[in-house]
Amino acid sequence: MNAGTEKLEAINEMPSKSNDNPMLWLYGVKKTFGSNNVLQGINLKLPKSKSLVVIGGSGSGKSVMLKCILGLITPDDGSIFVDGEETVGLSIKKRNQLMHKFGMLFQGGALFDSLKIWENVAFGLIQGQQMARADAYYVAIERLRAVGLGKKVADLYPSELSGGMQKRVSLARAIATDPEIIFFDEPTTGLDPIMADVINDLITETVRDMGATALTITHDMGSVRKVADEVAMIYKGQIIWQDDVQNLDNSGNEYVEQFINGSAEGPITDDARKDGLI
Amino acid sequence: MADTTSGQDDIENTKPSLLARVVTSPIDVCQAIGHTILSFFQMLGRLILFMVETIARGFAPPFYGRQIIRQVIDIGYYSLPVVGMTAVFTGMVLALQSYTGFTRFNAEGAIAGVVVLSITRELAPVLAGLMVAGRVGASIAAEIGTMRVTEQIDALTTLSVSPFKYLIAPRVFTGTIMLPVLVLIGDIIGVFGGYVVSVYTLGFSPNSYISQTWDILETMDVVSGLIKAAAFGFIVTIMGCYHGFNSARGAQGVGAATTNAVVSASILILISNYFLTQIFFS
Repeated sequence: MNAGTEKLEAINEMPSKSNDNPMLWLYGVKKTFGSNNVLQGINLKLPKSKSLVVIGGSGSGKSVMLKCILGLITPDDGSIFVDGEETVGLSIKKRNQLMHKFGMLFQGGALFDSLKIWENVAFGLIQGQQMARADAYYVAIERLRAVGLGKKVADLYPSELSGGMQKRVSLARAIATDPEIIFFDEPTTGLDPIMADVINDLITETVRDMGATALTITHDMGSVRKVADEVAMIYKGQIIWQDDVQNLDNSGNEYVEQFINGSAEGPITDDARKDGLI
Repeated sequence: MADTTSGQDDIENTKPSLLARVVTSPIDVCQAIGHTILSFFQMLGRLILFMVETIARGFAPPFYGRQIIRQVIDIGYYSLPVVGMTAVFTGMVLALQSYTGFTRFNAEGAIAGVVVLSITRELAPVLAGLMVAGRVGASIAAEIGTMRVTEQIDALTTLSVSPFKYLIAPRVFTGTIMLPVLVLIGDIIGVFGGYVVSVYTLGFSPNSYISQTWDILETMDVVSGLIKAAAFGFIVTIMGCYHGFNSARGAQGVGAATTNAVVSASILILISNYFLTQIFFS
Protein backbone atom coordinates (compact mmCIF):
# COMPACT_ATOMS: atom_id res chain seq x y z
CA MET A 1 0.00 0.00 0.00
CA ASN A 2 1.50 3.37 -1.04
CA ALA A 3 1.54 6.58 1.00
CA GLY A 4 -1.25 8.23 -0.98
CA THR A 5 -3.64 5.35 -0.38
CA GLU A 6 -2.76 5.23 3.34
CA LYS A 7 -3.42 8.94 3.66
CA LEU A 8 -6.74 8.56 1.84
CA GLU A 9 -7.80 5.83 4.27
CA ALA A 10 -6.97 8.09 7.20
CA ILE A 11 -9.07 10.84 5.62
CA ASN A 12 -11.94 8.45 5.13
CA GLU A 13 -12.20 7.95 8.92
CA MET A 14 -15.41 9.19 10.47
CA PRO A 15 -14.85 12.70 11.92
CA SER A 16 -14.75 12.63 15.70
CA LYS A 17 -13.99 15.07 18.50
CA SER A 18 -10.82 13.18 19.39
CA ASN A 19 -9.31 13.93 15.99
CA ASP A 20 -7.36 17.15 15.68
CA ASN A 21 -9.56 19.55 13.76
CA PRO A 22 -8.40 20.26 10.24
CA MET A 23 -9.45 23.61 8.75
CA LEU A 24 -11.75 21.90 6.28
CA TRP A 25 -13.16 18.39 6.39
CA LEU A 26 -15.63 16.91 3.94
CA TYR A 27 -17.14 13.57 4.89
CA GLY A 28 -19.39 11.53 2.62
CA VAL A 29 -20.62 14.56 0.66
CA LYS A 30 -23.11 13.57 -2.03
CA LYS A 31 -24.94 15.64 -4.61
CA THR A 32 -27.22 14.52 -7.42
CA PHE A 33 -28.75 16.58 -10.20
CA GLY A 34 -31.62 14.62 -11.73
CA SER A 35 -30.09 11.25 -12.66
CA ASN A 36 -26.54 12.60 -12.60
CA ASN A 37 -24.68 11.61 -9.40
CA VAL A 38 -22.09 14.38 -9.44
CA LEU A 39 -20.65 13.86 -5.96
CA GLN A 40 -20.71 10.26 -4.74
CA GLY A 41 -19.34 10.56 -1.22
CA ILE A 42 -16.47 13.03 -1.17
CA ASN A 43 -14.00 12.64 1.70
CA LEU A 44 -11.40 15.38 1.92
CA LYS A 45 -9.27 16.79 4.71
CA LEU A 46 -7.39 20.11 4.54
CA PRO A 47 -5.02 20.94 7.42
CA LYS A 48 -4.65 24.51 8.67
CA SER A 49 -2.27 26.80 6.73
CA LYS A 50 -1.78 24.22 4.00
CA SER A 51 -2.45 24.59 0.31
CA LEU A 52 -4.42 21.71 -1.19
CA VAL A 53 -4.99 21.44 -4.93
CA VAL A 54 -7.80 19.25 -6.21
CA ILE A 55 -7.21 18.03 -9.75
CA GLY A 56 -9.66 16.27 -12.03
CA GLY A 57 -11.12 16.35 -15.50
CA SER A 58 -14.04 18.41 -16.70
CA GLY A 59 -17.32 17.20 -15.22
CA SER A 60 -15.62 15.28 -12.40
CA GLY A 61 -17.40 17.36 -9.73
CA LYS A 62 -14.71 19.88 -8.73
CA SER A 63 -16.84 23.00 -9.04
CA VAL A 64 -19.89 21.38 -7.42
CA MET A 65 -17.71 20.31 -4.46
CA LEU A 66 -16.47 23.89 -4.09
CA LYS A 67 -20.01 25.29 -4.27
CA CYS A 68 -21.12 22.81 -1.59
CA ILE A 69 -18.34 24.04 0.71
CA LEU A 70 -19.31 27.66 0.08
CA GLY A 71 -22.98 26.91 0.74
CA LEU A 72 -24.02 27.92 -2.79
CA ILE A 73 -25.35 24.38 -3.27
CA THR A 74 -26.78 22.24 -0.47
CA PRO A 75 -25.41 18.69 -0.47
CA ASP A 76 -27.92 15.80 -0.45
CA ASP A 77 -25.91 13.94 2.19
CA GLY A 78 -22.70 14.15 4.20
CA SER A 79 -20.97 16.68 6.43
CA ILE A 80 -18.72 19.66 5.83
CA PHE A 81 -16.72 20.84 8.84
CA VAL A 82 -15.03 24.24 8.78
CA ASP A 83 -12.62 24.70 11.66
CA GLY A 84 -14.47 21.95 13.54
CA GLU A 85 -17.95 23.37 12.95
CA GLU A 86 -20.57 21.49 10.91
CA THR A 87 -21.73 23.85 8.17
CA VAL A 88 -24.37 21.82 6.32
CA GLY A 89 -27.79 23.15 7.31
CA LEU A 90 -26.50 26.35 8.94
CA SER A 91 -28.99 29.20 9.40
CA ILE A 92 -28.67 32.21 7.08
CA LYS A 93 -27.24 34.34 9.89
CA LYS A 94 -24.59 31.79 10.86
CA ARG A 95 -23.78 31.14 7.22
CA ASN A 96 -23.14 34.88 6.74
CA GLN A 97 -20.81 34.88 9.74
CA LEU A 98 -19.02 31.82 8.37
CA MET A 99 -18.56 33.55 5.02
CA HIS A 100 -16.27 36.09 6.71
CA LYS A 101 -13.73 33.25 6.99
CA PHE A 102 -13.80 32.64 3.23
CA GLY A 103 -12.24 34.35 0.25
CA MET A 104 -12.90 33.18 -3.28
CA LEU A 105 -11.27 33.74 -6.63
CA PHE A 106 -13.74 32.82 -9.34
CA GLN A 107 -12.74 31.25 -12.64
CA GLY A 108 -14.02 34.19 -14.70
CA GLY A 109 -13.13 36.81 -12.09
CA ALA A 110 -16.83 37.58 -11.34
CA LEU A 111 -16.04 41.27 -10.89
CA PHE A 112 -19.05 43.57 -10.58
CA ASP A 113 -19.31 45.43 -13.91
CA SER A 114 -21.08 48.46 -12.49
CA LEU A 115 -18.46 49.15 -9.79
CA LYS A 116 -15.00 50.68 -10.05
CA ILE A 117 -12.00 48.45 -9.43
CA TRP A 118 -11.37 49.77 -5.92
CA GLU A 119 -15.08 49.34 -5.07
CA ASN A 120 -14.88 45.73 -6.27
CA VAL A 121 -11.86 45.06 -4.05
CA ALA A 122 -13.42 46.83 -1.06
CA PHE A 123 -16.89 45.36 -1.61
CA GLY A 124 -16.69 42.76 1.16
CA LEU A 125 -15.41 45.40 3.58
CA ILE A 126 -18.03 48.06 2.77
CA GLN A 127 -21.12 45.94 2.21
CA GLY A 128 -20.25 42.81 4.18
CA GLN A 129 -18.45 44.33 7.17
CA GLN A 130 -19.89 47.90 7.05
CA MET A 131 -16.45 49.56 6.92
CA ALA A 132 -16.46 53.29 6.06
CA ARG A 133 -15.84 53.88 2.34
CA ALA A 134 -12.83 56.14 2.98
CA ASP A 135 -11.12 53.48 5.13
CA ALA A 136 -12.05 50.71 2.69
CA TYR A 137 -10.51 52.73 -0.17
CA TYR A 138 -7.08 52.64 1.49
CA VAL A 139 -7.34 48.91 2.17
CA ALA A 140 -8.31 48.36 -1.48
CA ILE A 141 -5.30 50.37 -2.74
CA GLU A 142 -3.04 48.35 -0.44
CA ARG A 143 -4.48 45.04 -1.70
CA LEU A 144 -4.17 46.15 -5.32
CA ARG A 145 -0.51 46.98 -4.66
CA ALA A 146 -0.03 43.51 -3.14
CA VAL A 147 -1.14 41.94 -6.43
CA GLY A 148 1.04 44.25 -8.50
CA LEU A 149 -1.53 46.84 -9.60
CA GLY A 150 -1.04 50.58 -9.20
CA LYS A 151 -3.34 53.29 -7.90
CA LYS A 152 -4.24 54.35 -11.46
CA VAL A 153 -6.21 51.15 -11.93
CA ALA A 154 -8.40 51.84 -8.89
CA ASP A 155 -10.78 54.22 -10.65
CA LEU A 156 -11.20 52.15 -13.81
CA TYR A 157 -14.04 49.71 -14.47
CA PRO A 158 -13.50 45.93 -14.95
CA SER A 159 -14.27 46.11 -18.69
CA GLU A 160 -11.27 48.44 -19.12
CA LEU A 161 -8.81 45.79 -17.88
CA SER A 162 -7.22 42.76 -19.58
CA GLY A 163 -8.07 39.21 -18.46
CA GLY A 164 -4.85 38.89 -16.46
CA MET A 165 -5.44 42.20 -14.68
CA GLN A 166 -9.01 41.19 -13.90
CA LYS A 167 -7.68 37.98 -12.32
CA ARG A 168 -5.32 40.07 -10.16
CA VAL A 169 -8.20 42.31 -9.09
CA SER A 170 -10.26 39.24 -8.28
CA LEU A 171 -7.36 37.94 -6.19
CA ALA A 172 -7.12 41.31 -4.43
CA ARG A 173 -10.85 41.12 -3.65
CA ALA A 174 -10.50 37.55 -2.39
CA ILE A 175 -7.82 38.56 0.13
CA ALA A 176 -9.22 42.00 1.05
CA THR A 177 -11.12 40.77 4.09
CA ASP A 178 -8.15 38.74 5.46
CA PRO A 179 -9.93 35.40 5.09
CA GLU A 180 -8.78 32.26 6.89
CA ILE A 181 -9.56 30.01 3.92
CA ILE A 182 -9.13 31.06 0.31
CA PHE A 183 -10.65 29.13 -2.59
CA PHE A 184 -9.25 29.36 -6.10
CA ASP A 185 -11.44 28.11 -8.93
CA GLU A 186 -9.23 27.37 -11.93
CA PRO A 187 -7.15 30.52 -11.36
CA THR A 188 -5.07 30.29 -14.54
CA THR A 189 -7.76 29.29 -17.04
CA GLY A 190 -7.77 31.55 -20.09
CA LEU A 191 -4.43 33.20 -19.29
CA ASP A 192 -1.23 33.06 -21.33
CA PRO A 193 1.60 30.96 -19.76
CA ILE A 194 3.50 33.98 -18.46
CA MET A 195 0.44 35.59 -16.85
CA ALA A 196 -0.57 32.18 -15.50
CA ASP A 197 2.81 31.88 -13.78
CA VAL A 198 2.49 35.42 -12.41
CA ILE A 199 -0.90 34.52 -10.92
CA ASN A 200 0.52 31.27 -9.48
CA ASP A 201 3.34 33.24 -7.83
CA LEU A 202 0.86 35.76 -6.43
CA ILE A 203 -1.30 32.98 -5.00
CA THR A 204 1.70 31.32 -3.39
CA GLU A 205 2.99 34.58 -1.91
CA THR A 206 -0.33 35.89 -0.63
CA VAL A 207 -1.34 32.58 0.94
CA ARG A 208 2.07 32.24 2.59
CA ASP A 209 2.17 35.86 3.80
CA MET A 210 -1.36 35.69 5.21
CA GLY A 211 -0.88 32.24 6.75
CA ALA A 212 -4.18 31.27 5.16
CA THR A 213 -5.44 27.83 4.23
CA ALA A 214 -5.96 27.43 0.47
CA LEU A 215 -8.05 25.10 -1.64
CA THR A 216 -7.49 25.30 -5.38
CA ILE A 217 -9.29 23.37 -8.09
CA THR A 218 -7.57 23.17 -11.43
CA HIS A 219 -6.44 20.91 -14.24
CA ASP A 220 -3.38 23.04 -14.96
CA MET A 221 -0.41 20.94 -13.82
CA GLY A 222 1.85 24.03 -13.78
CA SER A 223 -0.42 25.53 -11.12
CA VAL A 224 -0.47 22.27 -9.17
CA ARG A 225 3.30 22.04 -8.87
CA LYS A 226 3.63 25.73 -8.01
CA VAL A 227 0.94 26.28 -5.39
CA ALA A 228 0.26 22.88 -3.81
CA ASP A 229 1.46 21.45 -0.51
CA GLU A 230 -0.92 18.54 -1.03
CA VAL A 231 -2.75 17.23 -4.07
CA ALA A 232 -6.01 15.29 -4.29
CA MET A 233 -7.57 13.80 -7.39
CA ILE A 234 -11.33 13.76 -7.88
CA TYR A 235 -12.74 11.22 -10.31
CA LYS A 236 -16.40 10.39 -10.89
CA GLY A 237 -17.46 12.33 -7.82
CA GLN A 238 -14.99 10.73 -5.39
CA ILE A 239 -11.52 11.55 -4.11
CA ILE A 240 -9.45 8.64 -5.39
CA TRP A 241 -6.03 9.83 -4.23
CA GLN A 242 -4.55 12.43 -1.85
CA ASP A 243 -0.94 12.97 -0.83
CA ASP A 244 1.91 15.49 -0.60
CA VAL A 245 2.81 17.17 -3.90
CA GLN A 246 6.29 15.59 -3.76
CA ASN A 247 4.67 12.18 -4.23
CA LEU A 248 2.58 13.23 -7.23
CA ASP A 249 4.94 11.69 -9.77
CA ASN A 250 5.11 8.42 -7.80
CA SER A 251 1.45 8.17 -6.93
CA GLY A 252 1.08 4.49 -7.84
CA ASN A 253 -2.41 5.35 -9.06
CA GLU A 254 -2.94 4.77 -12.77
CA TYR A 255 -5.71 7.39 -12.98
CA VAL A 256 -3.46 10.04 -11.43
CA GLU A 257 -0.61 9.02 -13.71
CA GLN A 258 -2.70 9.33 -16.84
CA PHE A 259 -4.03 12.71 -15.72
CA ILE A 260 -0.70 14.30 -14.81
CA ASN A 261 0.98 12.96 -17.95
CA GLY A 262 -1.93 14.07 -20.12
CA SER A 263 -1.97 10.70 -21.93
CA ALA A 264 -4.69 10.06 -24.47
CA GLU A 265 -4.77 6.35 -23.51
CA GLY A 266 -5.30 4.99 -20.01
CA PRO A 267 -7.98 4.01 -17.51
CA ILE A 268 -9.79 7.36 -17.70
CA THR A 269 -10.32 7.09 -21.47
CA ASP A 270 -11.15 3.39 -21.13
CA ASP A 271 -13.93 4.28 -18.65
CA ALA A 272 -15.15 7.08 -20.91
CA ARG A 273 -15.40 4.61 -23.82
CA LYS A 274 -17.33 2.15 -21.65
CA ASP A 275 -19.72 4.95 -20.65
CA GLY A 276 -20.15 5.95 -24.31
CA LEU A 277 -18.77 9.43 -23.67
CA ILE A 278 -16.11 9.20 -26.39
CA MET B 1 -49.15 -0.14 -61.78
CA ALA B 2 -46.55 -1.94 -59.77
CA ASP B 3 -45.78 1.32 -58.02
CA THR B 4 -49.42 1.78 -57.09
CA THR B 5 -49.64 -1.70 -55.60
CA SER B 6 -46.46 -1.12 -53.71
CA GLY B 7 -47.90 2.13 -52.39
CA GLN B 8 -51.08 0.39 -51.24
CA ASP B 9 -48.95 -2.26 -49.52
CA ASP B 10 -47.09 0.50 -47.74
CA ILE B 11 -50.36 2.00 -46.57
CA GLU B 12 -51.54 -1.42 -45.35
CA ASN B 13 -48.24 -1.92 -43.54
CA THR B 14 -48.57 1.38 -41.77
CA LYS B 15 -52.04 0.59 -40.38
CA PRO B 16 -50.88 -1.12 -37.16
CA SER B 17 -48.49 1.67 -36.34
CA LEU B 18 -51.21 4.26 -36.94
CA LEU B 19 -53.50 2.29 -34.65
CA ALA B 20 -50.75 2.09 -32.09
CA ARG B 21 -50.33 5.81 -32.31
CA VAL B 22 -54.03 6.41 -31.78
CA VAL B 23 -53.91 4.20 -28.69
CA THR B 24 -50.78 5.76 -27.24
CA SER B 25 -51.45 9.35 -28.21
CA PRO B 26 -54.07 10.01 -25.47
CA ILE B 27 -51.49 8.87 -22.93
CA ASP B 28 -48.90 11.15 -24.51
CA VAL B 29 -51.35 14.02 -24.49
CA CYS B 30 -52.25 13.38 -20.84
CA GLN B 31 -48.55 13.17 -19.99
CA ALA B 32 -47.85 16.45 -21.75
CA ILE B 33 -50.77 18.17 -20.01
CA GLY B 34 -49.78 16.74 -16.64
CA HIS B 35 -46.18 17.80 -17.12
CA THR B 36 -47.26 21.32 -18.06
CA ILE B 37 -49.56 21.60 -15.02
CA LEU B 38 -46.89 20.27 -12.65
CA SER B 39 -44.29 22.62 -14.14
CA PHE B 40 -46.67 25.55 -13.73
CA PHE B 41 -47.32 24.81 -10.06
CA GLN B 42 -43.62 24.19 -9.47
CA MET B 43 -42.83 27.61 -10.96
CA LEU B 44 -45.67 29.21 -8.99
CA GLY B 45 -44.31 27.73 -5.75
CA ARG B 46 -40.81 28.97 -6.54
CA LEU B 47 -42.13 32.42 -7.39
CA ILE B 48 -44.10 32.67 -4.13
CA LEU B 49 -41.04 31.59 -2.12
CA PHE B 50 -38.97 34.14 -4.04
CA MET B 51 -41.48 36.90 -3.19
CA VAL B 52 -41.63 35.88 0.48
CA GLU B 53 -37.83 35.85 0.72
CA THR B 54 -37.59 39.24 -1.02
CA ILE B 55 -40.11 40.85 1.35
CA ALA B 56 -38.69 39.16 4.48
CA ARG B 57 -35.08 40.08 3.68
CA GLY B 58 -35.93 43.49 2.24
CA PHE B 59 -37.38 44.78 5.51
CA ALA B 60 -34.43 43.69 7.64
CA PRO B 61 -31.20 45.74 7.92
CA PRO B 62 -28.68 46.42 6.50
CA PHE B 63 -30.30 48.61 3.83
CA TYR B 64 -28.35 49.53 0.74
CA GLY B 65 -29.19 53.21 0.21
CA ARG B 66 -26.90 53.67 -2.79
CA GLN B 67 -28.58 50.77 -4.56
CA ILE B 68 -32.02 52.30 -3.92
CA ILE B 69 -30.89 55.70 -5.25
CA ARG B 70 -29.45 54.02 -8.34
CA GLN B 71 -32.74 52.22 -8.93
CA VAL B 72 -34.76 55.42 -8.42
CA ILE B 73 -32.75 56.93 -11.27
CA ASP B 74 -32.88 53.80 -13.48
CA ILE B 75 -36.52 52.87 -12.94
CA GLY B 76 -38.03 56.27 -12.26
CA TYR B 77 -36.07 59.03 -13.95
CA TYR B 78 -35.10 57.16 -17.12
CA SER B 79 -38.66 55.87 -17.62
CA LEU B 80 -40.12 59.38 -17.62
CA PRO B 81 -39.72 60.04 -21.38
CA VAL B 82 -41.31 56.71 -22.32
CA VAL B 83 -44.24 57.12 -19.92
CA GLY B 84 -44.66 60.80 -20.84
CA MET B 85 -44.75 60.12 -24.59
CA THR B 86 -47.18 57.25 -24.11
CA ALA B 87 -49.48 59.36 -21.93
CA VAL B 88 -49.53 62.48 -24.10
CA PHE B 89 -50.36 60.64 -27.32
CA THR B 90 -52.89 58.40 -25.59
CA GLY B 91 -54.68 61.49 -24.24
CA MET B 92 -54.61 63.12 -27.69
CA VAL B 93 -55.95 60.04 -29.49
CA LEU B 94 -58.58 59.54 -26.82
CA ALA B 95 -59.90 63.08 -27.32
CA LEU B 96 -60.01 62.62 -31.10
CA GLN B 97 -61.73 59.22 -30.95
CA SER B 98 -64.23 60.37 -28.33
CA TYR B 99 -65.10 63.39 -30.43
CA THR B 100 -65.77 61.37 -33.60
CA GLY B 101 -67.96 58.96 -31.61
CA PHE B 102 -69.75 61.43 -29.32
CA THR B 103 -70.75 63.87 -32.07
CA ARG B 104 -73.16 61.15 -33.31
CA PHE B 105 -75.07 61.51 -30.04
CA ASN B 106 -74.50 65.24 -29.56
CA ALA B 107 -72.51 64.40 -26.43
CA GLU B 108 -69.33 66.37 -27.13
CA GLY B 109 -69.50 67.82 -23.61
CA ALA B 110 -68.57 64.42 -22.15
CA ILE B 111 -65.19 64.31 -23.87
CA ALA B 112 -63.30 65.98 -21.02
CA GLY B 113 -64.76 63.50 -18.54
CA VAL B 114 -64.06 60.49 -20.73
CA VAL B 115 -60.45 61.56 -21.22
CA VAL B 116 -59.70 62.21 -17.56
CA LEU B 117 -61.47 59.08 -16.25
CA SER B 118 -59.96 56.81 -18.88
CA ILE B 119 -56.48 58.18 -18.29
CA THR B 120 -56.51 58.15 -14.49
CA ARG B 121 -58.40 54.91 -13.93
CA GLU B 122 -57.10 52.68 -16.71
CA LEU B 123 -54.87 53.90 -19.46
CA ALA B 124 -52.11 55.64 -17.52
CA PRO B 125 -51.50 52.79 -15.04
CA VAL B 126 -51.88 49.96 -17.57
CA LEU B 127 -49.91 51.54 -20.41
CA ALA B 128 -47.23 52.85 -18.05
CA GLY B 129 -47.04 49.36 -16.51
CA LEU B 130 -46.64 47.73 -19.91
CA MET B 131 -44.06 50.28 -21.08
CA VAL B 132 -42.06 49.91 -17.86
CA ALA B 133 -42.32 46.10 -18.20
CA GLY B 134 -40.68 46.42 -21.61
CA ARG B 135 -38.01 48.86 -20.51
CA VAL B 136 -37.27 48.10 -16.87
CA GLY B 137 -38.40 44.46 -16.58
CA ALA B 138 -36.25 43.43 -19.53
CA SER B 139 -33.29 45.42 -18.25
CA ILE B 140 -33.52 43.91 -14.74
CA ALA B 141 -33.81 40.36 -16.07
CA ALA B 142 -30.87 40.85 -18.45
CA GLU B 143 -28.66 42.47 -15.79
CA ILE B 144 -29.36 39.94 -13.03
CA GLY B 145 -29.29 37.06 -15.55
CA THR B 146 -25.84 38.13 -16.72
CA MET B 147 -24.72 38.42 -13.10
CA ARG B 148 -25.96 34.86 -12.53
CA VAL B 149 -24.18 33.51 -15.62
CA THR B 150 -20.89 35.27 -14.82
CA GLU B 151 -21.00 34.09 -11.16
CA GLN B 152 -21.36 37.64 -9.82
CA ILE B 153 -24.32 36.53 -7.69
CA ASP B 154 -22.22 33.70 -6.22
CA ALA B 155 -19.49 36.28 -5.59
CA LEU B 156 -21.95 38.43 -3.60
CA THR B 157 -22.75 35.46 -1.36
CA THR B 158 -19.08 34.67 -0.77
CA LEU B 159 -18.58 38.32 0.25
CA SER B 160 -21.24 37.91 2.99
CA VAL B 161 -23.79 39.99 1.09
CA SER B 162 -27.26 38.59 0.48
CA PRO B 163 -28.25 38.90 -3.20
CA PHE B 164 -31.85 39.34 -2.03
CA LYS B 165 -30.93 42.36 0.05
CA TYR B 166 -28.45 43.89 -2.36
CA LEU B 167 -29.98 43.13 -5.76
CA ILE B 168 -33.62 42.11 -5.46
CA ALA B 169 -35.16 44.11 -2.60
CA PRO B 170 -33.95 47.57 -3.79
CA ARG B 171 -35.34 46.95 -7.29
CA VAL B 172 -38.70 45.65 -6.10
CA PHE B 173 -39.06 48.37 -3.45
CA THR B 174 -38.16 51.13 -5.92
CA GLY B 175 -40.42 49.73 -8.67
CA THR B 176 -43.37 49.60 -6.27
CA ILE B 177 -42.79 53.20 -5.16
CA MET B 178 -41.76 54.76 -8.48
CA LEU B 179 -44.47 53.49 -10.79
CA PRO B 180 -47.22 55.42 -8.95
CA VAL B 181 -45.05 58.54 -9.26
CA LEU B 182 -44.67 57.90 -13.00
CA VAL B 183 -48.39 57.27 -13.36
CA LEU B 184 -49.25 60.50 -11.51
CA ILE B 185 -47.04 62.40 -13.95
CA GLY B 186 -48.57 60.36 -16.80
CA ASP B 187 -52.07 61.35 -15.59
CA ILE B 188 -51.21 65.04 -15.82
CA ILE B 189 -49.48 64.72 -19.21
CA GLY B 190 -52.28 62.53 -20.62
CA VAL B 191 -55.00 64.94 -19.58
CA PHE B 192 -52.91 67.77 -21.00
CA GLY B 193 -52.71 65.87 -24.34
CA GLY B 194 -56.51 65.60 -24.42
CA TYR B 195 -56.79 69.31 -23.55
CA VAL B 196 -54.43 70.34 -26.39
CA VAL B 197 -56.36 68.38 -29.02
CA SER B 198 -59.77 69.44 -27.68
CA VAL B 199 -58.89 73.13 -27.48
CA TYR B 200 -56.57 73.65 -30.46
CA THR B 201 -57.97 71.08 -32.92
CA LEU B 202 -61.59 70.53 -31.96
CA GLY B 203 -62.31 74.12 -30.90
CA PHE B 204 -63.38 73.57 -27.26
CA SER B 205 -63.27 76.44 -24.83
CA PRO B 206 -60.23 76.09 -22.54
CA ASN B 207 -62.09 77.19 -19.41
CA SER B 208 -65.08 74.90 -19.93
CA TYR B 209 -62.82 71.92 -20.75
CA ILE B 210 -60.84 72.41 -17.53
CA SER B 211 -63.93 72.93 -15.41
CA GLN B 212 -65.59 69.81 -16.89
CA THR B 213 -62.43 67.85 -16.13
CA TRP B 214 -62.36 69.03 -12.49
CA ASP B 215 -66.08 68.53 -12.00
CA ILE B 216 -66.10 64.89 -13.00
CA LEU B 217 -62.81 63.85 -11.39
CA GLU B 218 -62.97 62.25 -7.92
CA THR B 219 -60.13 61.41 -5.58
CA MET B 220 -60.84 57.69 -5.92
CA ASP B 221 -60.27 57.84 -9.67
CA VAL B 222 -56.69 58.96 -9.15
CA VAL B 223 -56.03 56.88 -6.03
CA SER B 224 -57.25 53.65 -7.65
CA GLY B 225 -54.92 54.27 -10.58
CA LEU B 226 -51.99 54.87 -8.25
CA ILE B 227 -52.70 51.70 -6.25
CA LYS B 228 -52.87 49.77 -9.52
CA ALA B 229 -49.56 51.35 -10.51
CA ALA B 230 -47.93 50.20 -7.25
CA ALA B 231 -49.16 46.65 -7.90
CA PHE B 232 -47.88 46.77 -11.49
CA GLY B 233 -44.52 48.14 -10.33
CA PHE B 234 -44.20 45.22 -7.94
CA ILE B 235 -45.17 42.75 -10.68
CA VAL B 236 -42.72 44.17 -13.24
CA THR B 237 -39.74 44.23 -10.90
CA ILE B 238 -40.40 40.92 -9.16
CA MET B 239 -40.82 39.13 -12.50
CA GLY B 240 -37.66 40.73 -13.87
CA CYS B 241 -35.71 39.74 -10.76
CA TYR B 242 -37.18 36.23 -10.59
CA HIS B 243 -36.44 35.34 -14.21
CA GLY B 244 -32.99 36.93 -14.11
CA PHE B 245 -32.09 35.23 -10.82
CA ASN B 246 -33.14 31.82 -12.17
CA SER B 247 -31.63 32.38 -15.60
CA ALA B 248 -30.15 29.34 -17.33
CA ARG B 249 -26.51 29.30 -18.41
CA GLY B 250 -25.31 31.05 -21.54
CA ALA B 251 -26.51 33.85 -23.76
CA GLN B 252 -29.61 31.84 -24.69
CA GLY B 253 -30.55 31.51 -21.02
CA VAL B 254 -30.28 35.25 -20.43
CA GLY B 255 -32.27 35.95 -23.61
CA ALA B 256 -35.03 33.56 -22.53
CA ALA B 257 -35.08 35.11 -19.04
CA THR B 258 -35.54 38.58 -20.56
CA THR B 259 -38.37 37.45 -22.82
CA ASN B 260 -40.10 35.55 -20.01
CA ALA B 261 -39.82 38.54 -17.67
CA VAL B 262 -41.53 40.90 -20.13
CA VAL B 263 -44.20 38.44 -21.28
CA SER B 264 -45.13 37.21 -17.80
CA ALA B 265 -45.18 40.74 -16.35
CA SER B 266 -47.37 42.02 -19.21
CA ILE B 267 -49.88 39.20 -18.86
CA LEU B 268 -49.97 39.52 -15.06
CA ILE B 269 -50.55 43.27 -15.37
CA LEU B 270 -53.57 42.73 -17.62
CA ILE B 271 -55.01 39.97 -15.41
CA SER B 272 -54.46 41.82 -12.13
CA ASN B 273 -55.89 45.00 -13.69
CA TYR B 274 -59.23 43.26 -14.14
CA PHE B 275 -59.35 42.05 -10.54
CA LEU B 276 -58.21 45.39 -9.11
CA THR B 277 -60.83 47.22 -11.19
CA GLN B 278 -63.48 44.85 -9.89
CA ILE B 279 -62.37 45.46 -6.30
CA PHE B 280 -62.41 49.27 -6.69
CA PHE B 281 -65.48 49.88 -8.81
CA SER B 282 -67.86 46.92 -8.68
